[in-house]
Amino acid sequence: MIRLDRMARGLLLSEIVAGLALTLRYFFKPKATLNYPYEKTPTSPRFKGEHALRRYPNGEERCIACKLCEAICPAQAITIEAEPREDGSRRTTRYDIDMTKCIYCGLCEEACPVDAIVEGPNYEFATETREELLYDKAKLLSNGDRWEPELAKRLELDAPFR
Amino acid sequence: MSSFFNTDIGIVILTILKSLALIVPLLIGVAYLTYAERKIMGAIQLRKGPNVVGPFGLWQPFADAIKMLMKETIIPTGSDRTLFLLAPMITFGLAVIAWAVIPVNDHWAIADINVGILYLFAISSLGVYGIIIAGWASNSKYAFLGALRSAAQMVSYEVSMGFVIVTVLMCVGSLNLNDIVLAQRTIWFAIPLFPMFIIFFISGLAETNRAPFDLAEGDTEIVAGFFVEYSAMSFALFFLGEYANMILVSAMTTTLFLGGWLSPLPFPPFTWVPGLVWFLLKIFICLFVFVWVRATLPRFRYDQLMSLGWKVFLPLSLFWLVLTATVMEIFGWLPNA
Repeated sequence: MIRLDRMARGLLLSEIVAGLALTLRYFFKPKATLNYPYEKTPTSPRFKGEHALRRYPNGEERCIACKLCEAICPAQAITIEAEPREDGSRRTTRYDIDMTKCIYCGLCEEACPVDAIVEGPNYEFATETREELLYDKAKLLSNGDRWEPELAKRLELDAPFR
Repeated sequence: MSSFFNTDIGIVILTILKSLALIVPLLIGVAYLTYAERKIMGAIQLRKGPNVVGPFGLWQPFADAIKMLMKETIIPTGSDRTLFLLAPMITFGLAVIAWAVIPVNDHWAIADINVGILYLFAISSLGVYGIIIAGWASNSKYAFLGALRSAAQMVSYEVSMGFVIVTVLMCVGSLNLNDIVLAQRTIWFAIPLFPMFIIFFISGLAETNRAPFDLAEGDTEIVAGFFVEYSAMSFALFFLGEYANMILVSAMTTTLFLGGWLSPLPFPPFTWVPGLVWFLLKIFICLFVFVWVRATLPRFRYDQLMSLGWKVFLPLSLFWLVLTATVMEIFGWLPNA
């Protein structure tokens, strides 16, 4: 009996018809595709994108060259050299991030006591050469200036959870 | 003018013009079939498919064609050059040649010959040669395996396809495709011969090496089967051949079972529409099912493929052939009897 039942099902293609009906239902469903360069998904305030070095509102750079980020970086992508400035404050003379080494773990951001190094919302920084991805201090500071409004907002939104 | 077309040169020129009038739309059809396939499969997989080149991605087939033309044709060192280049031409040529007998409207066929269906059957059997030569000439194990698989598969399914065609012929009493269509004026053969229609369509899938019978290509096991070694235009010819074959099998299904250019109902609002439109519409529906099946079913295992062909389709089609013959004899429905 079971064999007969299986045979009948096979000959009547019942399973195949069921499968075809399913795919036909999907044919009419709304599509999940995002029209990427024109449409983008929203990102969380915690999104870990391109790095930036921030400044205080008065224009003074936040980084105090404590080198905690350099120490914690698991990929050893950060290189920092520091010296006292003329006014006696401790500042970095060199702050490099090798973006080809970086694993975007966000530990530098978490280690920073003054919210100087942060990972911003930008993920569209592909370059044509490898050298362009070896960021120096000037590049990081300019990133900070460029994204500051958004960076501040994101830090504020995420503050209750830190 | 009409006297000119009765002279020898006139007939040749007329035939060339007719062939061009068929082949050019066919090639455009093939180009847009690739587009339609990507769109339909995309929709089934909740994607949008090509939509960047031109409005709704409509220029995509031409972009692909230009890309294919610009690429380098690579001929492997160990290959047999002549055969290697001949194989795609055979595949493509045969896919186009078969169209000579398909009636797109009443008596609108380039060659309205009396053995039309036999001609079609012969040409579609020859299709194996293109593939087997490609597999052999490539001198590559994957290509060879693919060619062997595809040859065995096409031969197996041709048998049951033959029986299906015999059943249809028995109901019509003629081998002429035009007569076959006209015999369906009262009822399309898809209805009384429904199981045969399904067997024919599934065999058609196997015949064109389409999913779920695409073992000859079998991307996951043998890379791309018989055309692994092909690139650029020689690859494009295979591709065109495969899709032209799909359209051909759809046209055969339409002619044999879905009433060719006949309108679905034989009274005014339907008969006002020209037959060519009905014919194209039916072909399009068949092609949609081709793609739909590809997006739904996984590939068969090789032994399953063979057992389906020999142990299910062959006895089933033979049984229905005998049954149809018996019923027609008892009720005296045989044509020319």
